[in-house]
Amino acid sequence: MDNITAAKYIGAGLAMTGLIGAGAGLGILFGNYLQAAIRNPSAAAGERVWLFLGMALAESMGIFGLVMGFVILFVKV
Amino acid sequence: MAAIEPMEQFLVHKLVQIPPIPVPGIGLLDMSITNSVAFMVVGAVLISLFFLVSAKRALVPGRMQALAEMLFGMVDTTLTAGIIGERGRPFLPFVFTLFLLIATLNLMGLAPGGFAVTSQLAVTAALAVMTFAIVLIVGFARNGLGFFKLFLPPGMPLAVAVPMIFIELISFLVRPLTLAMRLFGNMLGGHVVTYMFASFVIGLGLFGLQGGLASLGFVGSAVSFLVIVALLALEFVVAFLQAFVFAALTCVYLNEVVNLDHGH
Repeated sequence: MDNITAAKYIGAGLAMTGLIGAGAGLGILFGNYLQAAIRNPSAAAGERVWLFLGMALAESMGIFGLVMGFVILFVKV
Repeated sequence: MAAIEPMEQFLVHKLVQIPPIPVPGIGLLDMSITNSVAFMVVGAVLISLFFLVSAKRALVPGRMQALAEMLFGMVDTTLTAGIIGERGRPFLPFVFTLFLLIATLNLMGLAPGGFAVTSQLAVTAALAVMTFAIVLIVGFARNGLGFFKLFLPPGMPLAVAVPMIFIELISFLVRPLTLAMRLFGNMLGGHVVTYMFASFVIGLGLFGLQGGLASLGFVGSAVSFLVIVALLALEFVVAFLQAFVFAALTCVYLNEVVNLDHGH
């Protein structure tokens, strides 16, 4: 295995550390929603749109990191 | 033994070769029918068939009409009217088309032998640029030069306002990029992970054929298969969710420019 391939694998692995933030953010988001929903169940359905929106926005940060990992790993230079 | 190539499933190759057409101003346009184009056509045909079957005027709706009414009601109530408000009704056809198109294209990628059209960055970038262009056009048409008030949050001291304008401008300009990348990344990631677990099923199965202690490979193969089942269930949810999120973010961006004078 030459150095470039090894560096690619290391780079892809490092890029995956970006998903730590995504996981933390999603946990905070859904935890807060559940806490509020149990306190005020009748108001929970009204905010479900923003729950999914926030979930997509937080998850997309992790996805950007994932795509960078794929770019590092698979783009032939 | 065949190599494990997770990115091979995203290759766009030509099915019908059409000689390039010279277009003045752009150059040569290659209008060959690729697998991506073919699946987009199939998606358009499926959506048109859905309309034909479900757009009846029965007072007591049948199943397909009830499904179509549920989808329409969801986009109308939750998305345009819910996020934009009264002024959002003109955007309902665009948002509904976006939602149906992205959902259909995502789902077609999950079918066996299907090609995920939305896993091509070109396709998602085209949709994102279309949304961004509509936001810009509507913003300038409705507000004129007052459109630039979007970048200045009200009631801020000057020292904070000047950097805020730059931050708001950058986060506004990065919107089409994030719209495209979100859909692209979700579809790409889902398909690559499914491919990897499928390669585990076959790889561990072949390894288990060696007999002896390596028969544990069959256990690993079965576990990987169950993981694929769970992953595909997740991918179905993600397909609809990403379509909903694309449409919802379109409504959020439209709300900002359409209700600019009402306060954010």
